[in-house]
Amino acid sequence: MQVKDVICPFCGCLCDDIEVTIENGKITDVARGCAISRELFLNHDKDLVKPMVDGKEVSLEEAIEEAATILSRSQHPLIYGLSSTTCEAQREAIELAEIIGGNIDSTSSVCHGPTTLAFQMVGEVTCTLGEVKNRADLLLFWGCNPAEAHIRHLTRYSASAKGLFTPRGRRDRTIVVVDVRRTRTARMADIFLQIRPNSDYACLQALRAILKGGKLSADEVGGIPVEALVDLVERMKSCRYGVLLFGMGLTMSRGKHLNVSAALSLVRDLNRFTKFAVIPMRGHFNVTGADAILTWETGYPYAINFSRGYPQYGPGEFTSVDLLARKEVDAALIIASDPVANFPRRAASYLSEIPTIILDPKRNKTTEIAKVVIPTAAAGISAEGTAYRMDGVPLRLKKVLDSPYPSDEEVLGELISACLSKL
Amino acid sequence: MSAGKFILITGRTSKQGRALHTGKDSPEYLEEVSTLEMNEADMEEMGLKDGDEVRVRSKEGEITVRCRRSDSLPRGIIFIPYGPPANTLIGVDTDGTGMPDSKGIEVEICK
Repeated sequence: MQVKDVICPFCGCLCDDIEVTIENGKITDVARGCAISRELFLNHDKDLVKPMVDGKEVSLEEAIEEAATILSRSQHPLIYGLSSTTCEAQREAIELAEIIGGNIDSTSSVCHGPTTLAFQMVGEVTCTLGEVKNRADLLLFWGCNPAEAHIRHLTRYSASAKGLFTPRGRRDRTIVVVDVRRTRTARMADIFLQIRPNSDYACLQALRAILKGGKLSADEVGGIPVEALVDLVERMKSCRYGVLLFGMGLTMSRGKHLNVSAALSLVRDLNRFTKFAVIPMRGHFNVTGADAILTWETGYPYAINFSRGYPQYGPGEFTSVDLLARKEVDAALIIASDPVANFPRRAASYLSEIPTIILDPKRNKTTEIAKVVIPTAAAGISAEGTAYRMDGVPLRLKKVLDSPYPSDEEVLGELISACLSKL
Repeated sequence: MSAGKFILITGRTSKQGRALHTGKDSPEYLEEVSTLEMNEADMEEMGLKDGDEVRVRSKEGEITVRCRRSDSLPRGIIFIPYGPPANTLIGVDTDGTGMPDSKGIEVEICK
């Protein structure tokens, strides 16, 4: 059987044109997906976990009961992950956090959390990926490498996509890449500006100064000659529709949210001259949804604490790496994420000192140390639901295969009921 | 023994992205996240060749990885894909943002 128009649940591109072939309850072929998407679909049944408590296989009901006991007894729990599951599951996780008076934080914390802080400082000139495809004649990729991380972004939405006002695709666009490394994305650019590490803030503010008519008393900024910055400003001012697409190069480097606020300010300033928009290159397929759902449910996008019965916001205080490094939480519920593999070692190792519960279809570094493992149906393969693309467009994930296990949303609903009966 | 100071950048590679799905215990994943990329001239200066093991030390921790030459890196900068080895080198100070410094970290490399 062939299923068309399947949405890939890997990155924030949410490519919605994938075709999967299913034979005998197994995905045997994938058409149109990128190399990562193919691996995701074709390996969907590898490394699956079973319900476990303390390393011993138990029934699903016993695992959920043990998880509810841990969470209801915890004085200061952490709920973390959320970005690789559906909006419906995210909503349940927020309700659970409120009921147990815990912290709730998404993987935004360690990817575009600083971007969110900058949005709150400056605002965001938005556009959709459809506008990028149909209108953009200047693309500025800064500190991101879609050729390796968002592989079809370049062909479906940006660099070579053919649109209404960009009928010749790549030939109708100027592409500029600013990066520390000459990445695969940089190699296909018209202009590559190689920046020194931790110099993004200075370069972005230099561009703003040039845009405002200022003359720089330097020959170079962050390793980039001033003439190249002046040339870039002229190109940005004179383009028809420009888009800045940025990644972890800004959020993970020195300056973090200040880097992003400088980038957002530059885009805002450019709108005095032409149409210019900005899109953060979001990694996990529904991390944009996590920001959106947390915000409309609590008023805040991540780093939220419910210990006083109402949501409090505290990046640096209620963000997961900080909570774990300071050993402030006494239990953790991880949803569709692998912090043991992805967090700094000192923060990750604390998860094995406290009772950690994980909801995930597959084995990972966190399932290895978790006290309770609850298998769930993989979102976008065995569970349907809503996900937000990186530009904030919501799409409906399909269920293409049955799973013996319930979805994250269903398990979280059961955890809510079980915790309410214990509190 | 030769040693040198470098700036570490961590990041995604398509191979690491693909290997996430073959499993985090798979040889593909373990090999990719345990590989350090370095400018060819830096490798020559340190007397290194592709596949040699090097020790990388930051303020936070130390790891042993294999090195691979790269023509995408300028001198003085090394790259390791996201994964447990790179995370051993990353500290937990987030400057009040929640985000650790994961790019632009000072490290020392010993052969």
